[in-house]
Amino acid sequence: MNSPSEPVIAVDRLVKVYKTAAAVGGISFRLEPGSITGLLGGNGAGKTTTIAMIMGLVTPTSGSVRVLGAEMPRQRHHVLHRMNFESPYVDMPMRLTVRQNLTVFAMLYGVENVDERIMTLAEQLDLIELIDRPCGKLSSGQKTRVALAKSLLNAPEVLLLDEPTASLDPDTADWVRGRLENYRKERGATVLLASHNMSEVERLCERVIMMKRGHIEDDDTPVNLLARYGRETLEEVFLDIARGRGEAREAAQ
Amino acid sequence: MTISARNHIVFSPHRISAMVLRYWYLLRSSWPRVLELIYWPMVQMLMWGFLQLYLSENAGFFARAGGTFIGAVLLWDILFRGQLGFSVSFLEEMWARNMGNLMMSPLRATEFVAALMIMSIVRLAVGMVPVSLLAIGFFGFNLYGMGLALGAFFANLILTSWAVGILVSGLILRNGMGAEGLAWTIMFLLLPLACVYYPVAVLPWWLQIVSWSMPPTYVFEGMRSLLIENVFRPDLMFQALALNAVYFAAAVVAFLRLVDSARNNGSLMQTGE
Repeated sequence: MNSPSEPVIAVDRLVKVYKTAAAVGGISFRLEPGSITGLLGGNGAGKTTTIAMIMGLVTPTSGSVRVLGAEMPRQRHHVLHRMNFESPYVDMPMRLTVRQNLTVFAMLYGVENVDERIMTLAEQLDLIELIDRPCGKLSSGQKTRVALAKSLLNAPEVLLLDEPTASLDPDTADWVRGRLENYRKERGATVLLASHNMSEVERLCERVIMMKRGHIEDDDTPVNLLARYGRETLEEVFLDIARGRGEAREAAQ
Repeated sequence: MTISARNHIVFSPHRISAMVLRYWYLLRSSWPRVLELIYWPMVQMLMWGFLQLYLSENAGFFARAGGTFIGAVLLWDILFRGQLGFSVSFLEEMWARNMGNLMMSPLRATEFVAALMIMSIVRLAVGMVPVSLLAIGFFGFNLYGMGLALGAFFANLILTSWAVGILVSGLILRNGMGAEGLAWTIMFLLLPLACVYYPVAVLPWWLQIVSWSMPPTYVFEGMRSLLIENVFRPDLMFQALALNAVYFAAAVVAFLRLVDSARNNGSLMQTGE
């Protein structure tokens, strides 16, 4: 649907207003094929709403979102099978086993050779021993791995991740990041990652979009952001932006 | 790994079967869910069956009207359990916080509805077949003895139950779990108005107009005609079918609009109150 020169995701003057509250206030950005971008911001910054609009789950109040050339949400069915997402805020049915859940979603995404694909992912994500266990009996780390397997079932060209390592211990979180990194490199997928976790974004992302109260406060590579704010970590940059010091610094400069 | 061309199909039986499989996995993994499907229809059938037995031994009319109460209760359960089977399968997604996964998958709203309709028949069969067999054993009432008429009754009742189930599911999707109570109670509004246990003629004239606007009224009148007078009334069934076509189409349109509205106000992202 989209030509090679087109961005995979094109967000243009996107606005979302719930009744009187503006969740997203006119943001624009483009993601190139194979890129991995972090969407950073505090609570209420508009990250989840932005991702939901990109997935076609929420209709924008104004502006537009195009994914793989399709206008969202109107043309979402042209591209949803080429996308996937993972979020700790959405569960998989607890009574169904890992295999059953993955089978259902593989069928929904039109995956051929379902059993083979499930076993490949189970091996890659260390799920073989859990494959016939109900999802409700898994630890949060195991559930995250299953959710990750679900998000990779259709080998998506566009992968949206909403805080993929929230509530995981550092070891599991690091393991998940490693798998995401590998997937992106092998598949050449475009990844958009919303997160609070600065070290995660620093490690994975080649570009960071900083959001605050529904607006993009800054958008650059991690290296450039650190240099511009004169900081050593993205967490410090995040705090500068969150507390308004970024504007003060820019004004002073 | 390849992705099938099925993804471009507007109405995909493959995606519908994925959803049916999901509910089948759930049903067979939980014996309380299966028991619940049989429990209430059986209690209802036994209570009304014994009441009918008592009345038939003490009143001439009821002796003549053999089976009307048990017939009514079994047909009412097709209507009520059909809607509940639809709505509960839908609610399972809300309870499991799985709606986001489904709404962001290639599954289309119409395919979701089709899967819920199939599951309502599956759940109905699990509950009603054993209970209808028990009715033969306990009271000698053979629901299947109605023959082709039963098919007409069933088709009309299940269509109404789906129309109500579709509308309720749309309302829950739009308004959140605060609207869950509708799934359990809305059908009881039809119980007095659709004249399940008594003829329409007992209602005041103005309520009769309301009653005749409901497809189940034609079914229950048709059932009484069959059981009391041994006359099958196809005219009643066709009128019910015409009304059902209108209500079903209206419910699907309303559901699609409610989904759009939910997409607009962000309620597809939330599954809470």
